[in-house]
Amino acid sequence: MLGSLLIVFREVIEAGLIVGIVLAATKGVSGRGLWVGLGVLGGVIGACVVAGFAGEIEQLFEGSGQELFNATILLLAVVMLTWHNVWMAGHGREMARAMRDVGKAVASGERALTALAVVVGVAVLREGSEVVLFLYGIASQPGTTTASLLAGGALGLAAGAAVSALMYFGLLAIPAHKLFRVTSGLITLLAAGMASQAVLFLQQAGYAEILTRTVWDTSWLLPQDSIVGRLLHTLIGYSDAPNGAQLVAYGATVLAILALMRWEHRRHPRTAPAAAPVPAE
Amino acid sequence: MSLNFSRLSKIPTQAPRAALAAAVALLVALAPTAPAAADTPILLKIKDHRFTPAQIHVKANQPSLIVMTNADGTPEEFDSTSLKVEKVVPGNSSGNIRIRPLAPGRYPFMGEYHSDTAQGVVIAE
Repeated sequence: MLGSLLIVFREVIEAGLIVGIVLAATKGVSGRGLWVGLGVLGGVIGACVVAGFAGEIEQLFEGSGQELFNATILLLAVVMLTWHNVWMAGHGREMARAMRDVGKAVASGERALTALAVVVGVAVLREGSEVVLFLYGIASQPGTTTASLLAGGALGLAAGAAVSALMYFGLLAIPAHKLFRVTSGLITLLAAGMASQAVLFLQQAGYAEILTRTVWDTSWLLPQDSIVGRLLHTLIGYSDAPNGAQLVAYGATVLAILALMRWEHRRHPRTAPAAAPVPAE
Repeated sequence: MSLNFSRLSKIPTQAPRAALAAAVALLVALAPTAPAAADTPILLKIKDHRFTPAQIHVKANQPSLIVMTNADGTPEEFDSTSLKVEKVVPGNSSGNIRIRPLAPGRYPFMGEYHSDTAQGVVIAE
C-alpha cells in the first residue's frame, strides 16, 4: 500500500502543481473550471491510452518512440505556455483592472484557456500514464490485494491534490495586480524546465547528442530525487546535474518567452480606450 | 462605467505563430544529428523484479547503450536520477537505454515499480 501511495503521490504532485499554477494564472476568467476540467479528463483518458499502447509506442523510431513521444508532448506544452504568457502580456493589465473594477469573471480569454487546457492535459497524461502502468503492474501481481492497492492510490491522490491546492491558494494570496506577473514568471520557468527536459529525452533517443557533458553537479547539495528537489524540478526545471544542451534550451526558452511578451506588450498601448473618462479627476 | 471587453477577446494571431516558429527553430537546431551508432550494446535483463547483471561496467567518458529485456509480465520503469534516465519497458519486451558519457563513478538505478528488489548500479571506469 505504501508503495502505491508514494508513487501516486509523486506523480499527482507533479501534474497537480502545474494545474495549480494554471488555475491561479486564469483567476477571474469565466469558464476556466470547464477548460481545466476538460484538460484533466483528456489527460486521464490519454494516460490510459498511452499506458495501453506503451509497447507499441516504444517500438516506433527504432526503439526510441517513448523518448520522442515525451519530448514532443513536452515541447507542445512549452509552445502552449509561451502562447499563454504572450497573450497575457497583451491582456493581463486589462484583465486585472476588469477584475478589480467589476469584481467578477472576465468573459473572454477562451483562446488562452484552450492553450492552458492542453498544458494541463499533457501534464496529467505524462504523469498519469506512469501511474496507470504502475498500478497495473501491482494489480497483476499475485499476493497484492486490490483493496490495499486502491487505498494506497487513493491516499496518494488525496495527498497530492492537497499539496497542489496549497500551491493554488498560496498563489491566490498574492494581490490581484501582482498575481498575473507572478504566474507569468512561474509559467516562464515551468516552460523552460520542460524545454530542458525535452532536450534530455531527445538525447536519450539518440538525437541532439551535443553538449551532453554535465556542466555542474549539485546532487550533494540538493538531490533531484529528494522531495524538495522533485518539487523544484517540476516547478522550475531544477536538475542536479544538467548538461550543456539542457542549459542552452533553458536559457533560450526564457529569453524567447520574455522577448515575445515584451513585443506583445508593446503592441498593446497603455491607453485603455474604454476606461472611465480620465479627465474626471 | 463600461469596459470594453471586445479588446480582450482579440487574439494575437502573430504571437503564437512566432512562438511556434521559435520552438520549431529550437527543435531543428538541436535535432540534425542522426542517432549515434552505438557500439556493442550491454544486455540487461529483469526477471522476478531483479536485474541481471545487477552491476554494469561501462567505459568512462563514452556513451553506451543498454538493452533492457523485461522478462516479467508486468511493466517496469528503469529509473535513475544519477544517470538521468527514466524508461518504461512493458512486460515481455525490451527497450533501449542510452547512457551519456559518464565521469568515473557509481550510478545506481532501480526498477521504479518494484524498487524493493529491482536495484542495480552502473560503474563507469
